[in-house]
Amino acid sequence: MTKPDVVVTGLGATTPLGGDVASTWDAMLAGRSGVSKLTQEWADQLTVKIAAQLAVEPSEVIDRVRLRKLDRSEAVALIAAAEAWADSGLADAGLDKERLGVVVGSGIGGAQTLLAQDDILEASGARRVSPHTVPMLMPNGPAAFVGLEYGAQAGVHAPTSACATGAEGVAWGLDMIRSGRADVVIAGGTEAVIHPLPIAGFASMRAMSTRNDEPEKASRPWDKGRDGFVLGEGAGIVILERADHAAARGARVYARLAGAGMTSDGYDIVQPHPEGTGAARAIAMALRDAGVAKADVAHVNAHATSTPVGDMAEIAALRAALGDHPVLTATKSMTGHLLGAAGALESIATILAIRDSVVPPTINLDDPDDALTMDVAAHKARPLQIAAALNNSFGFGGHNVALLFTRP
Amino acid sequence: MATREEVVTGLAEILEEVAGVNPDDVSEEKSFTEDLDVDSLSMVEVVVAAEEKFGAKIPDDEVQNLKTVGDAVSFIVANS
Repeated sequence: MTKPDVVVTGLGATTPLGGDVASTWDAMLAGRSGVSKLTQEWADQLTVKIAAQLAVEPSEVIDRVRLRKLDRSEAVALIAAAEAWADSGLADAGLDKERLGVVVGSGIGGAQTLLAQDDILEASGARRVSPHTVPMLMPNGPAAFVGLEYGAQAGVHAPTSACATGAEGVAWGLDMIRSGRADVVIAGGTEAVIHPLPIAGFASMRAMSTRNDEPEKASRPWDKGRDGFVLGEGAGIVILERADHAAARGARVYARLAGAGMTSDGYDIVQPHPEGTGAARAIAMALRDAGVAKADVAHVNAHATSTPVGDMAEIAALRAALGDHPVLTATKSMTGHLLGAAGALESIATILAIRDSVVPPTINLDDPDDALTMDVAAHKARPLQIAAALNNSFGFGGHNVALLFTRP
Repeated sequence: MATREEVVTGLAEILEEVAGVNPDDVSEEKSFTEDLDVDSLSMVEVVVAAEEKFGAKIPDDEVQNLKTVGDAVSFIVANS
């Protein structure tokens, strides 16, 4: 059986760089950092005092009463989904809702709700715990709320694979359409865990940057001075659609989602394989799945989180699976690391790079690692014709996801 | 002890905070779910807040009998 073509017909995001896709993309192309100092009192006790916080608070978009029943991760997923849905034009397309699916995951889930309600439990007793607690903290909450909003009845799923979650959501969305279970899938990832406990946990692992005095310079993938990732928050959503379905309604098509590869390292719970073999297999799988030659991949939006080990393991994987020719970028240098939303947001950046023939910059790459032998669009956006582009995402647990997008 | 009118006003404040109900829409004959659009989880919040505000204990098996604002007012006036 031949696989049906799947295209992207809508984009939505709310990020540290902007409250929607256009403002986020503009900020990326301008090389702006979304990282700032944490001014909350609770940050005083932490070794990490910086983060990439949302540019637009959910309370500016969602009314107060609705917001009090939503975890922040659910609120941002709904905001991004609303933009993507409107962008796709599907609202007026008479879509059969039994053919509409949702795949939206989160790396950590409703941790802010869990922790806030635990505070209430300790301070005021069990009866004061909100009856909204469970739907707010359940890991499938964001997917379920998005599904409810648009009446999706083909299946609502919430894959979770730490920092590969957003990309995995897109990959499973592709699978839902190819396997005939849906015509349209709302796919992506969401994350909102800027709270002292998750930060303290990551900081105790020595995974985070402590460049507290220079927030905008803290996320510096591939730079010799990199000292860990910067936590970000937000959501990215793409509308995936069977190509003939999109064509029949005259939809605007951003790109083809030509293929996906997913592997697991089987190596360590948090360390990537130092030679990136699992990642290389995921990339090779995505190329095979898409039927795209290595030489045609002009650009890679890398996972590159600004950690000492991970950044270079990915370079090894890219060289092994693709060769040295693609122009790389690490948009986390600007957005910080959105964990479970990262792969979805970076899919959007990859898609827009293809559309606009431009690679967004990697900021802060002042002193490249000696092992960085590939070409990176450092400091400034670079014009580039892109027939095919790759987006990598890797997660704690040894998850590797590679997505291959092509010009429509 | 609170008068019926005071309890209605108090419930209206709670309903506005919890469910975004316009206080002008709250009167004794209104049904919480049908007229004021309060979902089942938010109703639990209303009950807990009302217990606190009026010092009345509203048992869980009593809550299902409180269909209208008036039902709640009667229970609270009789039990606070």
